[in-house]
Amino acid sequence: MTKYQKRKWVNGVALTLSLSAMAFGLFWLAWILWEIIRLGVGGLSVAVFTEMTPAPNDAGGLANAIYGSGVMVLLATFVGTPIGIFAGIYLAEFGEKTWLGSITRFVNDILLSAPSIVIGLFIYTLVVARFKSFSAIAGVLALALIVIPVVIRTTENMLRLVPNALREAAYALGTPQRKVILSITLRSARAGVVTGILLAVARIAGETAPLLFTALSNQFWSSDITQPMASLPVTIFKFAMSPYENWQKLAWAGVFIITMFVLGLNVLARWMTRTK
Amino acid sequence: METTKATTPIDSKISVRNLNFYYGKFHALKAINLEIEKNKVTAFIGPSGCGKSTLLRTFNRMFELYPEQRATGEVLLDGQNVLEASQDVALLRAKVGMVFQKPTPFPMSIYDNIAFGIKLFENLNRSDMDDRVEWALRQAALWGEVKDKLTQSGSGLSGGQQQRLCIARGIAIKPEVLLLDEPCSALDPISTAKIEELISELKKDYTVVIVTHNMQQAARCSDYTAYMYLGDLVEFGTTENVFFKPTRKETEDYITGRFG
Repeated sequence: MTKYQKRKWVNGVALTLSLSAMAFGLFWLAWILWEIIRLGVGGLSVAVFTEMTPAPNDAGGLANAIYGSGVMVLLATFVGTPIGIFAGIYLAEFGEKTWLGSITRFVNDILLSAPSIVIGLFIYTLVVARFKSFSAIAGVLALALIVIPVVIRTTENMLRLVPNALREAAYALGTPQRKVILSITLRSARAGVVTGILLAVARIAGETAPLLFTALSNQFWSSDITQPMASLPVTIFKFAMSPYENWQKLAWAGVFIITMFVLGLNVLARWMTRTK
Repeated sequence: METTKATTPIDSKISVRNLNFYYGKFHALKAINLEIEKNKVTAFIGPSGCGKSTLLRTFNRMFELYPEQRATGEVLLDGQNVLEASQDVALLRAKVGMVFQKPTPFPMSIYDNIAFGIKLFENLNRSDMDDRVEWALRQAALWGEVKDKLTQSGSGLSGGQQQRLCIARGIAIKPEVLLLDEPCSALDPISTAKIEELISELKKDYTVVIVTHNMQQAARCSDYTAYMYLGDLVEFGTTENVFFKPTRKETEDYITGRFG
């Protein structure tokens, strides 16, 4: 075998191996998606969106859980996003080589990979135990703590991708630093920053552990954020573990709704970075 | 090092006096003395790393963005030392515009690219602003090509158009000096020719300083040339003298291509 033939053979083997690895991964992914669609669509009905979570063996829907998830995810995003963006700006534009920047970056990396149940327990001891009540606010805080490190990381990375020449060009016109950052750097990185926010939203939409110890759940409709509030992930957790058939069906419907929401956000995020 | 045969210009816009520059401990400019004549084009030439861009970046204190860089000595703009702490940097940069090697359109429309700098210093009403934007684009010989797409993004233009947009953006705030840091190195020959043509137009209204790697470019569009090597100003004089009657052997070697 000549050297060239051997090279072609090795190339063929490597290509086959990577293709089968991809097929293996895709197989399970497709199966999961298929099961979710098969069982989830079966559980879907108008009642899922209009009626409250039922008692066992009773008719009902997921309206309060969908509402609760929506409220808590939205509020957590509103709380976490500005903090994350400002901290990301600090790391990329001011604290590049400072000790405060390095420590913040290190701590943020730890927070980024912290198990979400730890964050749930932290908020439990900090808020729930102190005020002696589970509440949607506690749930929002726990989710916000997950949003913040994700947004910090993506904001910093996206700002770093902005070429220094663009900053210099803005400074060369006599632009003050505040305006350089807000009107030039952040603006040219905005697609990436928004993508980071979308991915953070997708991440918290499916989080169960931080809500179990904070917002708990609620059988009924509640829009009082000082009270326990239902959410899709916790309801799915509760219903899927139950022996009641109607609860299991609703759990599948909930899984389907979350999956489609997260899938939609991911597609949106991809589309945003592509049409730059 | 003594600068030989520096025919002192009569009407100098910028005077560099005993300027030293340091990147941390590295001594990048060594006791530079130089006069830049008003309404003329002065070119800085020399091999990479000789300090020509560094020198240019002291004129608008661009180096101050990086804490490890510092300059000592004087850079007099109309007799005022711009390196003094009391000099307001924003006002200095409004007087001394700069165009960079790579085109740097801001992430906004062509119109807003020009209006951005104007808004920093002046409050113009809509029609005055329109007039100023048109004037700046005309000065940069770009108006005809973009007048129908002012609301489109500046990054959609070709490289040469983007560079003229950056020149227009600099001109729009009515500076007195324009610093061009290798403005054509990323452009094709046709765009380069347009920019060079523009440079000779611009010197009627502005004092132009250009850093270039391209010696033909220096010969074509400058009135004065400074040859720099390893942080020293080796030779400075009228472009004709530097190119055809260089007094120093190093200059001659560089210009004739034996070195560099």
